[in-house]
Amino acid sequence: MSAPELSWLPSRPDWSDALRSIGNTPGPKEWSALVSLANVRLDFVSTLRLDRRLVKLFGDAPPTGLATRSLRLAVLGSSTVDHLFSAIRVGALRRGLWTSLYKTDYGQYSQELFDKNSELRRWKPETVLFSLDARHLLGGFGVNEPADEVNARLDRQIEILVNCWRVAREQLGCRVIQQTALPIFPALLGNNEHRLAGSPARLVGQLNSRLREHADAEGVDILAVDDKVAADGLNAWHDPMLWHRAKQEIHPAASPVYGDLVGRILAAQQGLSSKCIVLDLDNTLWGGVIGDDGLNGIILGQGSSLGEAFVMFQKYVKDLSTRGVILAVCSKNDEANALEPFEKHPEMVLRRSDIACFSASWQDKASAIRDIAKQLNIGIDSLVFVDDNPFERNIVRRELPMVAVPEMPQDPSLYPATISAAGYFESVGLTSEDLARTQQYQANSLREALKVSASDVDGYLKSLGMEMRWSRFQQIDSQRIVQLINKTNQFNLTTRRYSEEEVSAVIAAPGILSLQIRLVDQFGDNGIIALVIGRVVDDTTAIEIDTWLMSCRVLGRQVEQATLNLVVEEAKRLGADRLIGRYRPTAKNRMVENHYPNLGFSPCTVSDGDGQCWELTLAERAPSSTFIKIIEA
Amino acid sequence: MNEQEILEKLAETFRDIFDIPDLVLNPAMTAEDVPEWDSVNHITLIVATEQQFGIKFQTAEIEELKNVGELVHLVKEKTDNN
Repeated sequence: MSAPELSWLPSRPDWSDALRSIGNTPGPKEWSALVSLANVRLDFVSTLRLDRRLVKLFGDAPPTGLATRSLRLAVLGSSTVDHLFSAIRVGALRRGLWTSLYKTDYGQYSQELFDKNSELRRWKPETVLFSLDARHLLGGFGVNEPADEVNARLDRQIEILVNCWRVAREQLGCRVIQQTALPIFPALLGNNEHRLAGSPARLVGQLNSRLREHADAEGVDILAVDDKVAADGLNAWHDPMLWHRAKQEIHPAASPVYGDLVGRILAAQQGLSSKCIVLDLDNTLWGGVIGDDGLNGIILGQGSSLGEAFVMFQKYVKDLSTRGVILAVCSKNDEANALEPFEKHPEMVLRRSDIACFSASWQDKASAIRDIAKQLNIGIDSLVFVDDNPFERNIVRRELPMVAVPEMPQDPSLYPATISAAGYFESVGLTSEDLARTQQYQANSLREALKVSASDVDGYLKSLGMEMRWSRFQQIDSQRIVQLINKTNQFNLTTRRYSEEEVSAVIAAPGILSLQIRLVDQFGDNGIIALVIGRVVDDTTAIEIDTWLMSCRVLGRQVEQATLNLVVEEAKRLGADRLIGRYRPTAKNRMVENHYPNLGFSPCTVSDGDGQCWELTLAERAPSSTFIKIIEA
Repeated sequence: MNEQEILEKLAETFRDIFDIPDLVLNPAMTAEDVPEWDSVNHITLIVATEQQFGIKFQTAEIEELKNVGELVHLVKEKTDNN
C-alpha cells in the first residue's frame, strides 16, 4: 500500500540539513525558510518534523508583517483528528498562511458548538471544519430498514448538519468547511448495492451528494476526501486497524495530502489561488522542437499515442481557461516559429486567441515570467509555470520562489492529472467574472511593452555542478552525431549536413578537429548536446570552424564559452594559431547571428562572401571562466 | 537486510518522530525508557515503519510487541517475505 503523495512538489535531498539550519529567532527570514521547506514532497514524518519547528518558532504568533491574513481554524471532529493537525498547519504554511488550530474534545463537537459558554466559542474561530467520520454520520441506519424510512432518516441527518453549519455561520460568524464522508464501508450486495436502501456503502454516496447540494445553497465549502479516495484507493486513506486502535479514520500517511487540501481551501477563501498558467511549448504542448522539427515534424494529434496525449493536455488547459484561468506562453524560441503551430497546425486545440500573453524569445525564463506577470498586471505569486525541462523548472524555482512550479512526469499522458492533483486553481465559487477573465487580461497585455531584465543566475549555474565530457568523434556515437547534424536548425552556425560516411571520414582523418560534447549535471546526463568540426585552411595555420551546433536545451548555461575553450585547445594541439568562424544565415538560425562576436571574435580582414566571417587569434585569447568542469571522456 | 541494518534504519525514524537527535536504539528498549514514546507517537512509529519498509503489520502482531528487538525481528520477517 503506498501513501498518497504530494507528487507535484519536488523532492529535496538536503531537506533535513536545511531544516536544522533554521535559526531560533522567529523572524521573516525563518518564516520564509519554513515556507520553502513546506514546498517539498514531504511524507508524514517530515511533515511532523517541519511542524514541530513551525510551532516552536511561530506557535503563538505569526511573523510580523505577514502579507496574508492569519487564521483561527477550529476542527470539529467526531473521532481522532489530532494526527491531522501538523499537516493542516503545514498545508497552510505551504501557501504562506499562518494558522492557529483548535480541536473540540473527543465526541463533544456539537455540545461545544451549541453551548453559548463553550471553550470553542470563547476561542473565537474564524473558520470551522467539520471533520466527521462515516461511522458517526451513518451509524443510526439499519441495513434492513425499508427505503422510505432510510431516506427519511437521511433527510433528518442532513437537516442536523445544515443546522450545525448555520449555527457556526450565524452565531459564531465563521466560514464553514464540510469534509465529505469517507467511503469506508464494504459492500453487502456488490455491483447492485443501490438495491439495498440501508446499506452503509450505498448511503455514503447518497450522503455526500446531498451534502454537496446543500453546501452550495448554504455557502459552505466542501473538503472532498471522497474524490481523493476514488483516485488513490481506500487503502491509501484508511486503515481499519488504525480505526480500531486509535479511532483515526484518516490514515496518518495520508495526512500531508489531507492538510494540503485544507490549506488550498483556506488560501482560496483569501483569494490566494493561482490565476494564470504559464506554459512552455516544445515537449510541453507538443512533442519535439518546433524550431528544429518544423510544423510537420512536431508530435501532436491523432495517429500516435504521444500526439494524442499532448492533445488531451491542451484540451485540459483549454478547459481551465474556460473556467477562468488565464493562459500564458513562455518559450525559448523565435517568435515566428513559436506562433506557427498556433496559426497553422490542424491538431492544435489551443489557439493564439486563448493565450493572454505570448512570450517567445531567448531571454531566461525567470525574466520572461516577471514580464508576463507585469503585462498581465497580476501578482507573480499567482502564476503556475509548466515546463517539461527540469533545468528551466529549477531556475524559475530558484529565481522566483513565489511562482508555483510543478514537477512534471516524463509521460505527457500524466500531465493533466499532475496539474489537477496540485490544486493550484482551487475555487470556492465560480463567478461569471472568472469566465470573462481571459479576454480581459489579453487586452491588458497588449498595452504593456516588453521590457528585458536580467536575472542573476550565476549562483544557480554553479550549484548545478555541470561537467562537460568531451571526446573527438567516436565511431560508436556516429548515428547520434549524424542525427544531430541533420536535425539541428536553430543553434547551427553553418547548417552543413553530413552523411554517415562523411562523419566516418572525419573520424578517420587525423588533421580534422572534431568534438562531441556531453553535458552532465545534478539532474542527470543531457546526452551529446554539442558538436564542432574544424578543418585547416589550405596553406595556412588557421582552422576554420566548418560546423558548430548545439541543442537549444542547454542554452544559457555557458556551454558555448566552455566549448570555445576546448576548441582553442584542440586547435593549438593541431598546430593552428588562428580560428575562423562563419555564420551562414538561414530561416531558422537567427539566434546565433552574434555567436562569434559574443565570444570575442573579430570580423575577418578579407571576406569571401559566404555568410559572415569572423576570426580569433589564439595567442590573444585567455580561456573564459565558466561554471562547467571540462573532462575528457 | 539484516537485523543490525534494520535497527539502524529504525533508529533514524525514532529520532525523527521523538525529536531526539542523539537517541541510541537498542533491542531491549521499551516505551518505558523513552518519555516521548506515548500512545500517539506509538501509532506514528508503527505507520512510519510500515511506510519505510513497505510492509503491513497485523493487529495482533502489534499487540504482542514487547520491545524494539521484537519490532526489528518482525520487520526482518516481513521484509524477507517480500
